[in-house]
Amino acid sequence: MNWKTFYAMLSRDGHVARRNLVPMLMQNLLQPMLLTFVFGRVLTTSGMMQMSYKNVLLPGIIAISMVLSGIQAVAMPLIAEFQFTREIEDRLLAPMEMHWLAVEKVIAGMIQAIVSGLVVIPAAWLVMGKGLNLSFEHPVEFVVVCLLVSLLSSAGGLTLGCSIGQTQIGLMFSMVVAPMMMFGCAYYPWSALAAFPGLQYAVLINPLVYASEGLRGTLAPQVPHIPTLLIIASLAVIDTVLLVVGLKKFTKKAVS
Amino acid sequence: MGIGIRIEELRKVYDSPPPSAARGGGFSFTPTRSAGPKEKKDKKKKMEVVALNGISLEIQAGEIFGLLGPNGAGKSTTIGILTTRTVPTSGRAFIGEYDVWKQQVNAKLLIGVVPQRPNLDFALTAREILTFHGAYFGQSAKERNRRADELIEKFKLNDRADHMVRGFSGGMMQRLSIARAMMHDPEVLFLDEPSAGLDPQTRLLLWEVIREYNKLGKTIVLTTHYMDEADSLCERLAIIDHGVIIAKGTPQELKASIPGGYLLRLRFDRVNDELLKQLRAISGVTEVRPKEPSSTDVYADRGGTLISGIVNSAQAAGVELRDVSISEPSLENLFLHHTGRSLRD
Repeated sequence: MNWKTFYAMLSRDGHVARRNLVPMLMQNLLQPMLLTFVFGRVLTTSGMMQMSYKNVLLPGIIAISMVLSGIQAVAMPLIAEFQFTREIEDRLLAPMEMHWLAVEKVIAGMIQAIVSGLVVIPAAWLVMGKGLNLSFEHPVEFVVVCLLVSLLSSAGGLTLGCSIGQTQIGLMFSMVVAPMMMFGCAYYPWSALAAFPGLQYAVLINPLVYASEGLRGTLAPQVPHIPTLLIIASLAVIDTVLLVVGLKKFTKKAVS
Repeated sequence: MGIGIRIEELRKVYDSPPPSAARGGGFSFTPTRSAGPKEKKDKKKKMEVVALNGISLEIQAGEIFGLLGPNGAGKSTTIGILTTRTVPTSGRAFIGEYDVWKQQVNAKLLIGVVPQRPNLDFALTAREILTFHGAYFGQSAKERNRRADELIEKFKLNDRADHMVRGFSGGMMQRLSIARAMMHDPEVLFLDEPSAGLDPQTRLLLWEVIREYNKLGKTIVLTTHYMDEADSLCERLAIIDHGVIIAKGTPQELKASIPGGYLLRLRFDRVNDELLKQLRAISGVTEVRPKEPSSTDVYADRGGTLISGIVNSAQAAGVELRDVSISEPSLENLFLHHTGRSLRD
C-alpha cells in the first residue's frame, strides 16, 4: 500500500472540493433549509403541527443531507470520470493497487457527508427557532452513528456510481432518491408507520431509515425510535455489503 | 539502466464491446451503447471480439518501438495490457522484470502513458494536473513544482498553465497529456496514436520530444497508423493486423522484405492468363498478383522503366491497359503485401 499516493489523491479531492466550496455548500444547505423552514417553522408556528415535531424533523433532515451529499460526492464524479473521457485513468495509473482508489473516494465522500451533516445542525437550529430540544447526552453513540451514516452514503455512492451511466442520472434521482427520501423515516419516526404494517416492514430495505432513526435516537431520544444498538448493527451490515459490492463493481469497471 | 518489455502469447477476447480507445477510430467519440434488456440476453452469448490472437514480442531497453496497423488491429489492446488497463485473456506481459498483471504497482512505477484520447483531469488546471500527477508518484513539493515548470516551458503551455483544461484545444490537451506522462520520469513511455489530430507543427515538436527523451536511455513504445511516422521515428516495428503480428523488424528490413520493393498497381479492361504469363516474363518482376476484377499488382525491383514492357505484354495478350500507379518501397506497400489491403481501408 502506497500511502503517499493515497494521501495525494485525498488532497486532490480536497482541493477540488475547496474550489467548489460555495456552490457545494449552497447545494447541500438550500434544500434542508427550505424543508426546515416549511415543516419546522411555518407548520409548527401556525399550529398545524405540534412544537415537538421539530425534534422529530431535525435528525431526519440531517440524515437526508448526509446521505445525499455522500452519494453525490462519490457517485457524480465517478459517473463523469468513467465516461468516455476516462478522466479517472491518471489515478488508475498511479502506483497503488486499484481498489485503494475506490477506498480513497469513499473516505473523501465520508468527509463531505460529515461536513454537510455538521453544517446543517446549527443552520437548521437557527431556522427552526424556539422549541427545539436536542440532547447531546450520548456523544459516543452519536459519533458512531454519524460515521456509519457517512460510510453508508459514500459506499452507496460508490455502488451507484459504478452501476449507472451518465444518461441514467435523472432516472436515478426520480426512481431511487425520491422514494428513498419519502420512505426514509426522515419526516416521521418509524413507529408512525405502525398503522401501515406492510409498509412499515417494507421500508426497512431503505438505508435512510436507519440513518434517520439512528440520529433520532442519539439526538432526540425522547422521540420514539428503533433501539440505537440495533441501528448500529444494521448500519454496520449494510455498510459492509455496499462497500464490498461497490469495490467489486469499481474494479470491474476500472479495467477492460 | 533502461527497461525492456516482453510479451508472451498474449490473447485478448472481449465479451462486451471493447473500450472505445481500443475500438479504433482515432478521435471518434462513439459512446458505448448499452444494449436494451431484450437484446442484452442474446447479445451476451454472441458477443465475442478477438482483439489479440497470440502475440509475442520483445522490445529492447532504450529503443523506439512502433506498433503499426489499421484501426481495430489490436494496437490499443496491446498497449492497454502493458499499462494495466486491460486484462489479458491469456498470456503474460513483462515490463522489465515485473509481470504487469501480478506486480502491477512495480510496473506502474516504471511506465508513463499517453492515451489515444486525452483523459486529463477536468477539475484541475494544467499546472495542477502535472503537480498532482507528481504527487501520486511520491515526488516532493519542490521536485514536482520544478519539474512542472520545466515541462510547461518545454511544451509551450506557459500562457495557459493556470487555466482549467476544459477549454483547451485538442493539440494543447495532447501536449499536456505527454507532459503529464513524462512528469515522473518513467523508464518506459507508451504513446497510443500520439499524432492523431495534431497539426504538422505540433507533430514535429512531438517527434523531437520523443527522440530527445529516447536519448536519455528511455524505452518508447508507440502505436500509429501513419507510415511516415513509423518510418522516420521507430527503430523497430511490428505490423499488427486482426490481432496477430504479420511482420517485425527495422523499417529498412521490413521494406527490403517486400519482393522487389516497388509496387505497380495496374488496371486493365480484363485480365487473362496470357497477360499474367507475359507480365511474369518481364525482367525485374518478382511477383504478379491478379486482383478482382480486372486489376493486377506487380512487385518489381524497379518502377517506371517497366512501363513499356507492361504495355507490350498487354498488347500481346490482347487487353487494354487503363491505369498504372507506381509506389516506391514503403511500409504502406509492405502492409498491402501482407494483408492485401491498404492501411487506410
